[in-house]
Amino acid sequence: MSVVVAKALEKTYVAGDIKVEAIRGVDFTIEPASFVSFIGPSGSGKSTLLNMIGCLDPPSRGSLEVAGQHISGLSRKEAARFRGEHIGFVFQDFNLIPVLTVFENVEYPLQMVQNWPKDKRRIRVMEMLEAVGMTDQAHKYPSQISGGQKQRVAVARALVTNAKLVLADEPTANLDRVTANKIIALMKRMRDEFATTFVFSTHDPRIVDNVEITFALEDGQLVRNEMPAGGGHA
Amino acid sequence: MLNIFKLAFRNLLRYKRRTLLTSMLITLGVVSVLLFIAVSGSFKALMIGQITDSMLGHLQVHKKGYLASVDSLPLNRNLTGKQIDKVRQMLDGNAAVEAYSMRIKLGAMFSNFNETTNIRLNAVTPEAEMATAPLLTDRILEGDKDGLIKPGEILIPELIAKGMQVKVGDAIVLVANNKDGSVNGQNFVVRGILEGISGPGGRDGMIHIDDAKSLLRLEEAEISEIAIRLKNIDDLPKVFAGLKQELESIKNKMDQPVFEVHTWESISPFFNIAKMIDLMTLFIKIMLVAIVLVSIMNVMIMAVFERINEIGTIAAIGTSPGKIMGLFVVEGFLMGILGTAIGTVISLVSIYAMNISQIRFDFGRQTGLLLSPTIGTKDVVSIVLIVIGIAVLASLQPAWKAARMDPITALRHV
Repeated sequence: MSVVVAKALEKTYVAGDIKVEAIRGVDFTIEPASFVSFIGPSGSGKSTLLNMIGCLDPPSRGSLEVAGQHISGLSRKEAARFRGEHIGFVFQDFNLIPVLTVFENVEYPLQMVQNWPKDKRRIRVMEMLEAVGMTDQAHKYPSQISGGQKQRVAVARALVTNAKLVLADEPTANLDRVTANKIIALMKRMRDEFATTFVFSTHDPRIVDNVEITFALEDGQLVRNEMPAGGGHA
Repeated sequence: MLNIFKLAFRNLLRYKRRTLLTSMLITLGVVSVLLFIAVSGSFKALMIGQITDSMLGHLQVHKKGYLASVDSLPLNRNLTGKQIDKVRQMLDGNAAVEAYSMRIKLGAMFSNFNETTNIRLNAVTPEAEMATAPLLTDRILEGDKDGLIKPGEILIPELIAKGMQVKVGDAIVLVANNKDGSVNGQNFVVRGILEGISGPGGRDGMIHIDDAKSLLRLEEAEISEIAIRLKNIDDLPKVFAGLKQELESIKNKMDQPVFEVHTWESISPFFNIAKMIDLMTLFIKIMLVAIVLVSIMNVMIMAVFERINEIGTIAAIGTSPGKIMGLFVVEGFLMGILGTAIGTVISLVSIYAMNISQIRFDFGRQTGLLLSPTIGTKDVVSIVLIVIGIAVLASLQPAWKAARMDPITALRHV
């Protein structure tokens, strides 16, 4: 079963008399355990598309199915619950909670969203920290670790709930070349290890070179897709 | 829930100076209110004690309509034989009553053999009067205080003593109208000078009840007023309600109530001052509410504004709007708790220190009154609950705003 299925998907923003068609009738499918990127110039609709897949922004028209569920009619609360159960997020600015330690940041979705018991939480968080190589930094606060380490923690946080889909918006934009490569390699390894689908919105050619499918967007429309290794189609 | 508390607590620690300043403001408000309640309460209790214990008593029973015409001290509105027995029986059977004094109130002409003036008098049984108004002897400025008064003696108010140039030990004559309209005179020796106090009966003289009976030629027992002292003034509303119900159920042949009962509050003008103190306390409480409301709301609005991106993040990763709201409400709640806890401790220590310091003050002609501030658990608990409740209330709007925030807009916020 596909992780994401979009059919005739549209998103229109209305501000007074002005209508902006951010996404104009796109169709695509993303298969499980794939490494996918949306590319395109600023304003092409990459982030809008990612927000819709992430249940942060409902589509205006068309159909969007994520993890087997149509998400168009979800309420705020239902959308929040759905995100907590099925989707992980990795942000450009890492977005870790500054008052929580590395361990607590990774633990947050299990504790505050999924209400896991303490013992199970601890085991799972340590597993994830080990997977991203951050075990020895577990008790440090975000202000005490580097940008690359923060993004590792963010990846661990996105995967800790066994999310089948991770959405990453420009995850390497604030990292140096070496660190960015390490993060991309880490995410790819995570994909292999946990069979998680990674969907990127990016300008970064290093990511584009590493993904298996690239959807190119221009003016809210899919203009091409490249599928070197198969697994997705427009 | 514990996780929300942990996160809220850490967020408060994140802005230590702001949290401290806001908590200090709440602390200041709590200290001001608790100290005001303690000091004004002490002042009020002291003044009420002075009024009730030196003349009025806590309650008074009269024949129906007596108080309305008290200015003329009417002898035809006195309680008589069976009526007195009825009240006596009720009071003797009431465990809350400590003592009561039966008084005859009368007006007379006062002569020092050179000049004559009017005098209002209370005729009392000394033992019962001293038990009912234990501070009465403190009002005796000159003369023997022991035993209050004996037959043939008179305590005169200081204004008459000065005006008529009468001293302790002087002989005087009282001439009074009897109920039947005849006039009778009797010699007295001045036993002492009574200090005047505000309120009804505060500038009256005093004689022994047996002298009043002979001066007024009363053939059977008659009483104008029964002053009652309770063991605990806090029982006043309950005892008053009970007595009122019992006494007002006794009707005459015209089916009208025979008795009337009043608390000191409805007799003394000082009650208005006591009410003003209560009103001032209320205004101080309103100011406290305003302080807490404005300071917490201000801080929480700032907290939401500064953490928009963070709100977007936790919303994106699936935190429910209810939990986001709870997070900010708990922050306000914790700040309220912190300010209140410190404020309560400072207040209680200050009250203790004031009691140790034995602060004295003057009020009117009374000097050296001891200030003994106290505060009841009920007052402390009510202030604590008000402050914490207002802190939570003040957090609701910013918390609601945070919970309703669009995650995309929040995530874009820099």
